[in-house]
Amino acid sequence: MALIGRALLILGLLVCLYGIAASVYGARSGRQDFVVSGRRAVYALAALMTAAFAILEAAFLRSDFSFNVVAAHSSTTTPTFYKGAAVWSSQEGSLLLWVWLLSLWSSLVLVLTRKRVREIVPYATAVLLGFGGFFTSLTVFFANPFGTSATPPPEGAGLDPLLLHPSMMIHPPMLYSGYTLLTIPFAFAIGALITGRLGGDWLAVTRRFALGAWLFLGIGIVLGARWSYTELGWGGYWAWDPVENAALMPWLCATAFIHSIMIQEKRGMLKVWNASLVLSSGVLAILGTFLVRSGILESIHAFGASTLGVPFVTLIAAMVASSVGLVIWRRERLRSEARLDSLLSREAVFLFQNMVLVAMVFVIFWVTFFPLISEAITGTKVSVGPPAFRPFIVPLALVLVALAGIGPIIAWRRVTAANLTRSFSFPVASAALTLTVLLIASDASARPLALAMFVLGAFVLGTVTQELWRGTAARRAMTHDPLPVAFVQLVRRNRRRYGGYIVHAGLAALLIGVAASSSFQHSRDVSLQPGQSARVDGLTIRYVRATASATAQKISFGALLSVSQGRRHLMTLVTSRGYYPAQDASLGPIGRFFNGASDSNVGLSAGAWHDIWTVIHPDLTPLQPLISQGDRVFQSAMAAEASLPAAQARQGLGRLWQFRDIAISEITTRFVTHPWPVEFLLIVSPLVTWIWVGAIIIAIGGLIALWPFPMFAWRRVRAVSRAKRAAPPRVPARETA
Amino acid sequence: MDPSRKRAIRLTVALSAALLLASALIYTSFTAGNPELTASQLLKHAQPGQSYILAGTVLSGIQHDGTALLFRVRDPKLRLSVPVRYTGIVPDPFAAGRGVLVTVHEQGSTFIGEPNSLTTKCPSKYQAAAAT
Amino acid sequence: MIEFLIVLAILLLVIAFVSAPLRRGGGAHMQAPSSSASQLEELEAAREAKYREIRDAELDHRTGKLSDEDYQAIDGSLRAEAVEILRELDRIGERIPS
Repeated sequence: MALIGRALLILGLLVCLYGIAASVYGARSGRQDFVVSGRRAVYALAALMTAAFAILEAAFLRSDFSFNVVAAHSSTTTPTFYKGAAVWSSQEGSLLLWVWLLSLWSSLVLVLTRKRVREIVPYATAVLLGFGGFFTSLTVFFANPFGTSATPPPEGAGLDPLLLHPSMMIHPPMLYSGYTLLTIPFAFAIGALITGRLGGDWLAVTRRFALGAWLFLGIGIVLGARWSYTELGWGGYWAWDPVENAALMPWLCATAFIHSIMIQEKRGMLKVWNASLVLSSGVLAILGTFLVRSGILESIHAFGASTLGVPFVTLIAAMVASSVGLVIWRRERLRSEARLDSLLSREAVFLFQNMVLVAMVFVIFWVTFFPLISEAITGTKVSVGPPAFRPFIVPLALVLVALAGIGPIIAWRRVTAANLTRSFSFPVASAALTLTVLLIASDASARPLALAMFVLGAFVLGTVTQELWRGTAARRAMTHDPLPVAFVQLVRRNRRRYGGYIVHAGLAALLIGVAASSSFQHSRDVSLQPGQSARVDGLTIRYVRATASATAQKISFGALLSVSQGRRHLMTLVTSRGYYPAQDASLGPIGRFFNGASDSNVGLSAGAWHDIWTVIHPDLTPLQPLISQGDRVFQSAMAAEASLPAAQARQGLGRLWQFRDIAISEITTRFVTHPWPVEFLLIVSPLVTWIWVGAIIIAIGGLIALWPFPMFAWRRVRAVSRAKRAAPPRVPARETA
Repeated sequence: MDPSRKRAIRLTVALSAALLLASALIYTSFTAGNPELTASQLLKHAQPGQSYILAGTVLSGIQHDGTALLFRVRDPKLRLSVPVRYTGIVPDPFAAGRGVLVTVHEQGSTFIGEPNSLTTKCPSKYQAAAAT
Repeated sequence: MIEFLIVLAILLLVIAFVSAPLRRGGGAHMQAPSSSASQLEELEAAREAKYREIRDAELDHRTGKLSDEDYQAIDGSLRAEAVEILRELDRIGERIPS
């Protein structure tokens, strides 16, 4: 099967090369048959990659260790659910996942544009196949997922235990869907620039894909944050890690784009800006993949140390050069058709919001790449780390939230003072009320930036509530529907508008959660013996007793913690740390159980008001003599067994493993029975739950704005166009309010 | 006001804001940054009292000394390593063979990691060592 | 051997699928999009956007973001622009054989 898999990849590469040539030739010569053939190349690529991915997935599911990637990233003891996800924990598998998703999304957009933007499509096809060819060639020449071994190991190395988390199953496909979807607007932008057809039609085609990319990327980012919070044992959800930034940058750029696209649609303005944003989002998506896949910025490997460095840098350079070249070449056709009427208009707010988002992208880009930039300039790598982000990102985020509140309540084109007063009074009153309550009843004034975020968040929630209420009321006045029906109809008939407003409300909730949890977190790193307790933010957390368990896969040391406030017992939390045996036999038959990977099982109580987050870091020092003694005993016993005849040695070794299991179980018992002090990290964080709730609200808003999905939308468009052919279009009659 | 003059003013304001942000960013990054060194660079350049970010791969043989963690960080190119004594939060991905960044200062023959400054490479990401 | 045959079969299938449009008619009867058709498509997109803008202005007015006067002025100019687009559409539509 591995041979077939590899052949499918090579065939995929050839199909890409052919498809590029056919599409470009078809476009240049006007031969539509070549254009159609080029499009079919994309469908063929999708079929080939689906088959290749299925072969690899099947190898993982049946634990076929003759595949090198399976042996390195899975084992027979890996739960089936995670065997399926282990495919993309490998470099090879994730590149294959990338090209597979790209081929699927590309096929979808090409099916939907069979009869639309026909001049642009062939070039877009060529660009998409260019990406397909690039990633397929990586799997063919650099990271072959179908490499096999003639002598497969009896057992695989297994999946990194830290990846055994449900969100890790969905996080990478989400991110990759986001990245690959962003290449679609990029490809159509290139096509539009080449053909000079820079009207609104290509934007209309790609808008949903951009929105889809934004949604998937956003979900991927939040799942990653959730995984970090509940699995990584450091108590945070965002570390400004290069790989996190790699996903955030294109997401911010796409956020800017899906707003500014509206100005072009409505006013024919900002064409250069929009083209630049679409192209930048595409470049950032590839850059993101590069950062994650090459390991270039984890600072340990020099530039180009990874085999993928050179091809990726070449691709990114080609993308940037062609983007800049095309925009300059087409600058005349990209002239705005209108001018900004007033700084007090929604266009102006969108423009300002775009600048803030681009500034954020610039800051993140600069700080993330600063080690490489400084090395290029001064010869020394200088790292600025997470603290460098805050002074810039926090004020920008505050401005962004303010704009997220102002945008929905300000009209397009112009506003008058009377309308401004009418629109702003309720949101400003909610913000003022929030400010007063917080100043009187909390210590929020100690953190002015967090306080500002709470107040601005209240302002946004005020605007969204007001807009939903006024819209519903206006609809009711017209239709006399009951309130819930009027509300649903309002949202249903203006999905983009109200979907967007809901996203703004979600963003406010999320950023309030971020501000509260990062500014008012109480954290303690304490050493406790059973019976002892520590106080964190008015709560008493008592270490009741130690727990331990041992299986063939892991040894687990934990603690039972009792949380109380005053005399009232609130809850019991259980936290543990799992130790997974290392593959390295030289670490000793017992010692290897304590020198492999380890993970934290967080004792977490999540609430609307605050999260109580606990992890245990057992000190293994008291157990060390026992472990060393065990290693010595078993090593000499094994040496003695090895000198016996083969059959006897096998029997003896079987017995030895039984004794080893008993010894390990004895070590775990020691941990429970001896009152050694244990390190705990205890965190009480306010409003963390609102980060996840906010993210869910954002996703719901995004889905509303995205709905109906392209396939259904296309059917609807066809039905509408049939109807229109029957009756010539008319300007809609003015409805009476 | 003349609309073209208005536009010119807007453009100037926007460009000045961008310029201000850019210069603040450049200034902060060059003044607030810590040099990021490999084990061999650290051995060569380290001066007592100054902090550095040490980057490298953790060698096997991690030891615990009470609440402190003792480990060696290796230069990925040269076969050189430096000892580090670290206390504070240890991220779960920390293990032998994994890439780390830790802020350290020299103290005698060993390097003391600043509390809670240890970061490790995300485990789901590519590791060059495993692929070669 | 079986694997080789499977790969060969896939190869033939892919070639047959991808080259089908070329074999069907040599491109003689498959017309490339005319510039009028593309213009029509652009205008249709502009028309949809204009309709949406008219609806948005109306909603802005109903929810109190636009004063009566502003709304009258904006709606009037938007409708004029829409009529312009429709005229242009009619003009191009006549040029394209149905």
